[in-house]
Amino acid sequence: MASVQISLPLPVLPEGWSCEKDFKAIGHLSQTNDRNIEPVGPHFLAHARRKRHRRTFSEDDRIQAQVNVKKVEDDDDGDISEPEDPLLLQREAKDWKGQDHYAVLGLSKYRYKATEDQIKKAHRKKVLKHHPDKKAAAGGTEDDQFFKCIQKATEILLDPVKRRQYDSVDENADVDPPTKKETQKGNFYKLWGKVFDSEARFSKVQPVPKLGSENSTKEEVEHFYNFWYNFDSWRTFEYLDEDVPDDNENRDQKRHVERKNQNARRKKKTEDTARLRNLVDDALALDERIKKFRQQEHARKNKRRLEKEAEQKRLAEEAAKAKEEEARLQAEKEAAEKAERAEGKKAKEAAKNAAKKNKRVVRGAVKDANYFHGAGDAPAAQIDSALNDVDLIITKIDHEELATLTGKLNGKKDAGEIKQIFQDEVKRLVGASKLKEGECKSLSA
Amino acid sequence: MSAGNDPAQRVAIGISFGNSYSSIAFTSGEGKAEVIANEDGDRQIPSILSYVEGEELHGGQAKGQLIRNSKNTVAYFRDFLGQEFKNIDPTPCHQSAHPIQNKSSIAFQIRDTEAEDQNTVSVSEITTRHLKRLRNSASDYLGKTVNAAVVTVPTNFSNTQKSALNKAAKDAGIEVLQFINEPVAAVLAYDARPQAQLADKIVVVADLGGTRSDIAVIASRGGIYTILATVHDYEVSGIQLDQVLMDYFAKEFIKKHKSGGDPRENDRSLAKLKLESEAVKKSLSIGTTANFSVESLAGGIDFTATINRTRYELLASKHFAAFTRLVAHAVEKAQLDPLDVTEIILAGGNSNSPKIASTITNAFPGATVVLAPSTSPTAINPSELSVRGAAIQASLIQEFELEDIEQSTHPMVTVTPHLSHAVGVLCISGDETSGVFHPIVDAETPLPVRRTALITTPREGGNVLIKLAEGARHIKVTKPEPKPKKEKEEKDDDDDDDEDSDEDESEEGEELREKTWKVSNVLSEAALRGLKKGSKVEVQINISADLNANCIFREVGGKGGVRGLLSGSKVTQNGSA
Repeated sequence: MASVQISLPLPVLPEGWSCEKDFKAIGHLSQTNDRNIEPVGPHFLAHARRKRHRRTFSEDDRIQAQVNVKKVEDDDDGDISEPEDPLLLQREAKDWKGQDHYAVLGLSKYRYKATEDQIKKAHRKKVLKHHPDKKAAAGGTEDDQFFKCIQKATEILLDPVKRRQYDSVDENADVDPPTKKETQKGNFYKLWGKVFDSEARFSKVQPVPKLGSENSTKEEVEHFYNFWYNFDSWRTFEYLDEDVPDDNENRDQKRHVERKNQNARRKKKTEDTARLRNLVDDALALDERIKKFRQQEHARKNKRRLEKEAEQKRLAEEAAKAKEEEARLQAEKEAAEKAERAEGKKAKEAAKNAAKKNKRVVRGAVKDANYFHGAGDAPAAQIDSALNDVDLIITKIDHEELATLTGKLNGKKDAGEIKQIFQDEVKRLVGASKLKEGECKSLSA
Repeated sequence: MSAGNDPAQRVAIGISFGNSYSSIAFTSGEGKAEVIANEDGDRQIPSILSYVEGEELHGGQAKGQLIRNSKNTVAYFRDFLGQEFKNIDPTPCHQSAHPIQNKSSIAFQIRDTEAEDQNTVSVSEITTRHLKRLRNSASDYLGKTVNAAVVTVPTNFSNTQKSALNKAAKDAGIEVLQFINEPVAAVLAYDARPQAQLADKIVVVADLGGTRSDIAVIASRGGIYTILATVHDYEVSGIQLDQVLMDYFAKEFIKKHKSGGDPRENDRSLAKLKLESEAVKKSLSIGTTANFSVESLAGGIDFTATINRTRYELLASKHFAAFTRLVAHAVEKAQLDPLDVTEIILAGGNSNSPKIASTITNAFPGATVVLAPSTSPTAINPSELSVRGAAIQASLIQEFELEDIEQSTHPMVTVTPHLSHAVGVLCISGDETSGVFHPIVDAETPLPVRRTALITTPREGGNVLIKLAEGARHIKVTKPEPKPKKEKEEKDDDDDDDEDSDEDESEEGEELREKTWKVSNVLSEAALRGLKKGSKVEVQINISADLNANCIFREVGGKGGVRGLLSGSKVTQNGSA
């Protein structure tokens, strides 16, 4: 922050003011207030950095300056410092097709990942070292073969089209898929991850999904394999073409070679696609996650089925129970009815018996009343009519009335009284129009 | 697994999520914050979602639905997030979907699918949908998928609200790098301008929003901000200003068309009235007259009217005054005087009104700078302040790991001792009563701090005394002389003519207030000898968090100098360098 400008002059030192080393501390700063500063803005970031690393202002300034300087140096610092293979140095420039361009430039650990900038820098470095003039100056021969190799490698790698063609057939960048045995030892993700990383360089679609780990979700795994089964590759095989004779003499020969090249390319491309497909098949077959997901899916389905079955069982049990309950109720009802019926029969019989007894009493009463005949033995006709009448009464009245009648007659020995009772009964029946007037002649007084 | 956790793959933007409007911004390669317009071309995107037959409308389109489809339109939901039903104020939602209680949170009953039945959608879900739309707009504009953001929140947003918002943002695919306070974002937006000078100042951020106003008093010390006081008011708001216009036009309408009835009594008419009133309010910030025109306002009658700015200002003066009082109250709450305020930043869409700026300018001393579109041509659009601040902060921290950000915003780092008194130097005379105190480090400066001052020397050079002291700010009040003060006249210069005159009359005869310093505590004395003629003295003060102060005094361009150490607890003396 800019310094504070104070335009008022400082006071003149008073006469006689003196102090050791010209500084005299007098007071203390007053107590501070603790407040929250807002974690916002570049100056806060600097504050946080100082506080977290316990730096003072000047330390922080120095360290920050160093950090900034280093960044520049890093860029200059060559990351291309591979030892040169003596065999490589003896290569002939005319065999350029067979040479490893990245190795020539000392970029073999970067390969398809090398940036244009890196290639340029590597080229410069190599040129500085291997320029024919330098060799000549060092007293060597006029051998410029390796220099030509460098130039060729640079030419190819700096041309995007040619570089792609070379990258397509750069076998040194390939990672061989692990064998089944190796994979089964574990390490599936590490081993196959590298394979897919290297294959991913041919994808037209970037970024390519990663193989992931055993914790990847089902969607991620499915996306991964879908991607690889629908892989869109830019890989071409022009680099391996046979040289087309460029003399104009034999046109047919030229066309023949061209056609051959075309066919070879197509064939290689098909082979490559098949190779990749097999590779993905292998990986898929070895992938534990697929098994895991299948098991989970299976368990899930089974779970549903088991649940369904349990539900059905429960329902069936419930139905059976309900049926049982119903049957039990039915049986109970029937038993009750039966008991009731038996009871009714008994009662009826008892009533019948009672009625019989009552009838006997009634008839007895008639006999006691001397068949309603004044005195002396009653004539047969009188007996007959009296009994008939009493029977008529008995048939006309029901059990209860019979019982009351019997109650009235019980113990009665006097003929008159008995007759009176019968007459009353007849009257009542006539009144109830159950009997006709004069039907019971013997009783009609 | 998600790409957002990897700082290298982060695409971070700033989001300002307001009750009424939201905005999104990003920082371009040159470090300039740019506000992103959505598909409709809006930079202020209404925080409204509306559902028509299962189709989701957002922003301006959804706002239009407030008239015909208010039941399925959700608006003003920001403040409901992470709150309990009993604590919310549902008033602003009167004309949209009403909030209902849903377990411990809040939800809305809306038809958001093609099916006939209504769904209960929680406020968190609504927020997620809203943020998703904002994210899509930003992604479309940038051509990269946005996966992280710095989000601004009001200063009184609780931790529960923040975590609810964080969760909603996560569901929308946005990793919230940091929540920053709206007023601080506004200050940052101004300070990040290339022409901005770093200075110690007291800034008042006055945000007059749609449903609430928030005032914050912030001490800005060398680019580090400390909030000294905040005031929130839910009564003074943009809706109140709309209401003034609504009432005015409703009365005009009734006067003209007696048969039409009161448009405020019919839901649809009210919505139309409201929408148009807001538009009128906005155009009155730009022009001096505005047309109000609504087809079929009430009873099938089309209504057109005109209003000029003066009438609007007259009608709304009550609210403007209330807002000014609120600002004054915030300054008072921070135990400061209006004279201490260096800058007032007006934020919020309503701050476009020229009258608000002029009212506040009048209420504060002439030296206070009011940053609003009508007072300062270089002012940033007040609606965009917080989102710009957020975008700048996002660009600053997007390379950091989330853990790093958390550690840096931890109270261990943010809680800092602040100086309770200003530390400065005595000029002209070394005597405490006759010398003039000039601050070098202001009060409320967070420690540790390093400040340098350049001080002129007596004309003839020679030996000088440098006396460091603590000073207390004192407001000197003097009764005015019979003739009117010059200062008063200055204030009126930039204002319109007549409407201020009454205020001025009442101000006349008031005392004149000045800011002065009183030396409260002498800290040290030092001497520099044999200075050249016209030279300057550089004083550097380093105060550490434990109140140890390291002072260096030297002549600019000269050799040597004097060093001294003021210890926090006991006084020691140190040798000269």
